[in-house]
Parts: sequence; structure tokens; C-alpha cells
Amino acid sequence: MPVRDGLFVDVDPPLLVTGRCRSCGHLHFPHRRTCPYCSSERVDESRVPGRGRLWAHTAVTAAPPGYTGDVPYGFGVVELDEGLRVIGRLTEAEPSLLRRGQPMTLVVVPLHTDDDGRTVVTYAFAPSSAEPHGLDGRRPPTGAAT
Amino acid sequence: MAGVGMHPFGRHGELSTTEMGVTAVRAALTEAGVGRGGFQAAFCATAYGGVASGHKVLGALGMTGMPIVDVEAGCASGGAALMLAAGAIAAAQYDTVLVFGVEKMPKGIIRSSFFEPWQEEAGLAATPAYFALRAQRLMESSGVTKDHLAAVVVKNRRHGVHNDDAMFRSEVVAGDVLASRVVCEPLRLWMLCTPNEGAAAVVLRANGTGSSGAVRLAAAVLRSHVPGAVLSESTPLSGLVDDDVIPPTALAAQDAYEQAGVGPGDLDVVECQDTDAARELLSYEELALCAPGSSAELLESGATQLGGRLPVNPSGGLLSKGEPLGASALGQVVELVRQLRGQCGARQVPGARTALSHTVGRGANAGVVILTR
Ligand SMILES: [Zn+2]
Repeated sequence: MPVRDGLFVDVDPPLLVTGRCRSCGHLHFPHRRTCPYCSSERVDESRVPGRGRLWAHTAVTAAPPGYTGDVPYGFGVVELDEGLRVIGRLTEAEPSLLRRGQPMTLVVVPLHTDDDGRTVVTYAFAPSSAEPHGLDGRRPPTGAAT
Repeated sequence: MAGVGMHPFGRHGELSTTEMGVTAVRAALTEAGVGRGGFQAAFCATAYGGVASGHKVLGALGMTGMPIVDVEAGCASGGAALMLAAGAIAAAQYDTVLVFGVEKMPKGIIRSSFFEPWQEEAGLAATPAYFALRAQRLMESSGVTKDHLAAVVVKNRRHGVHNDDAMFRSEVVAGDVLASRVVCEPLRLWMLCTPNEGAAAVVLRANGTGSSGAVRLAAAVLRSHVPGAVLSESTPLSGLVDDDVIPPTALAAQDAYEQAGVGPGDLDVVECQDTDAARELLSYEELALCAPGSSAELLESGATQLGGRLPVNPSGGLLSKGEPLGASALGQVVELVRQLRGQCGARQVPGARTALSHTVGRGANAGVVILTR
């Protein structure tokens, strides 16, 4: 069960539900009826694959208010190929294992089990496993966040 | 600025928000020589105080009847209250206005009704994580390192030693700051300010009625964010691929410099929002105290420590005082009024004549106040 309807589509691979404004052309997330950039109501829902590059990252080490899932967990910003920076959880909770600019992919991850025994899920970003680490195959230097 | 008063920031057990407010308000009114009926309006800044916080304080003092308006603008609540009071006086609506801030914060990460329940459930209401991402971007876009972050803490805690109204009054060394628990990489526990309790008050009186040489309010500005920056204090879930969106602090600072007819080069002392150590360095840039990308050099130069060219947070900052949201901006203003009067003892900035206070936080709200003597 999604933590909220209308954030993502839980298919394989999952899609992120963004809004695209027909007036100013900007994308936003989560999808809203009114464009946050120009107040236009000419906004279309736009489902995007959620592939992009890591723009900033950290890890949350203590449960924030209202959160009952596991800690630590990764937290960061991914710049999507469509031209949108999105805040979300990261599947990697050790910041030193991630580096700015590395390819990331949208995934759906479990948060906790609700009172009716259903698994509540949300969107997150995971390092893209299929992508090579640079043209020559070498692992690029880490340490941007250390 | 006819009078100022404080209730120390800290943890005060059973002491109520109202009792702290009474202490600060009574002190400010006494200093201003203003009694019951001596002010025509009151603005009370608070974020967690609940319904009619201002009425409770003035009711306890037996001083009601005038309009009393509670103001909430996050970390900048006090700046917002001051802006409204100054505007009303400038419009000749009132002659004398009381402005105060009160707060009693819960411990730990601040729970905020700002986030929707699903964001809390998904772990996205992690306030320090947003600070950490901002810190990381600052480190990547400039020469700021973790050692600089620790140096901000060392500086402000050293300043706080001399402040009776601060919560933490002991010096720390950089090694211990860096060795404190990682809250959200790169931020360590000691690099984050502590939400706490306290109150601050000022009495504002129309121009020309104060004594010569009195401290004057030259600008009080509040701005909100323009959308686009993913790490804005407005805490959106997405943003544009654009690194040049003007942050609310810069908007407020530009307006305030213009209103006051001064520039950053005219400032003698600054109190700025050091919610975390990186936030102070970001403020150097956004307030135009240094060129973009050179906050680390300004810090390294020693200019922003007591004895330097432009001391920042001589009170010890929020890192020493703690942050009672509604009271924190006015706490800065009280400090700066005392600095301009030359009443700050061991933490006095000699001969200070022009001062700037800065707060920024959720909303987004950014407040900039400029005082002159
Ligand atoms: Zn638009």
C-alpha cells in the first residue's frame, strides 16, 4: 500500500508521478493542480521513469517525528533526466559509499507494516547497478561527502 | 528602541511560557519607563505557544485592552512582529508598541505541523537531514570543510561564555565537536543548535521621542521564498535545475540594506541564524558579508570573531543560546541593542554603531533587522 496515493506508480520499473505545466514548461513533484512556479492551472500529469543523477546526499541516523521504520536510512536529492530535482529516501544508508553525480534509479521500498498487516511502501532512489562506473570501467573516486 | 528585556534561554522545568514572557516584558517596559496604558498595541511572536499567548502574558501583568496580535513566522517570528510594529508606528497608527516573543520547545527534533502525515511516515520530516544536504552543497560549491564547520561552533561557544542569557556557557575544542555523534553527515550533534525555552521583549517608540544617541530601528524586513530551490527553507519535495534562485535571506537583506540606507560594509556587528554551523557560513554569503563562495575565507580571517572586523554572533549565537523559535529573533535584537549601547561587558564590540540581525527558517521566512545609533 503506498504511503500516499498519487506519488508513484508501483509497476516494474516504477514511475514517478510529476506535474508538467503547459504555461511555463516546468516540472514539479508531487503533482499538483496548480503550477508552483507560475500559478497556471494548465498542469498535466506526467509519469517519468525516475532515472537521474545524485545531486546531494546524507543519512538519517535517528527516527524523525512520526516515523516508525528502520534507521539509519539514506536521504538525498536526485536530479532526474527530465530536469527536476527530487527529495527522497536513498537505499544506501552509508554516505561514504555514494558520490555526487552517480546514476540513480527510482525504486519502491517498504516502510513498515500497518495495523491491518499491510506493507506500507514509498518511493526511493537506488544506485543504478547496470550502469558502468565511468567509461573505462574504473570505480570513480569517492569521498565527496566525507 | 525605548527598552529591551530578556528571560534567559535554556531549559526551565515547570516555568510556563507566560511566566517567562512576563519577566521579559516587565524588564523591557521598566527600561522604557512605560507602564500600564503606555503602549497602544502589542505583537507577540510564538510558534508553539498556542492560542492567545500574548494575551496570557499581558493578562498576567494586568495590561490588556489594547490590540494584542500573535505572530507566527517560524524562526523569523520575532522579525515579523517587529516589522508589523514598525510599520504601524511609521503609519502613525500608534506611538508606542510592545513587541515580545515567547517559546517553550519540546526536546529533540522539532515536530512541525508543516509536514503532512505521509511525509512523517516516509521519514521525510527529518529536519536535520535538510540542513545536512544544504551543508554538503555549500562544501561542494566553496572551500568549506568539516574543520570550518567545527570552527564556527568553537567561535560561537567561546562568545557564549560571556552571555548570562545563554544555555551553554563553556568553551569547546574542534576535536570534540568533530567527535560528537554524527546526526546527518556532515553535521555532528554539537554543530546543531538546541531547541529550548525563553522570552525576549522590546518597546518601540515613534522617532523623535527618544533621547539623542538612542538606538534606532533602521529596517525590519520579512520575506518569504520564491519557488525553485530544492533545498530552500520552504522544504519542498522538488525543485528546478537552477542554482541561481535567490534565497529568502538575500531578498530580505537587499530590502533591509535599502530601507536603512546602509550596506554590508557599514556593519559593525551581526547576529545571524546559526541553526547549524553551515547555516552561519551560508548567511555570510546571503547577507553579502562576503563574496559568493568565500565564507570559509571570511571565517579563517578571524573577522567574524570578537576582536575581528565584523564580529558575528557575539552573544554566542543559537549554538550557545539555544533556539526558542518565537523568542530567538528578538533575542538577537536585544543583544544588538545592548551592543550598540555598549552594555555587553566582555563580549562588547567596541564602538559598534550599525548592527544586523538575521533569522531564517521554515515557511520559508527570512527576517533581517538593522539597528543604528
Ligand atoms: Zn507553470
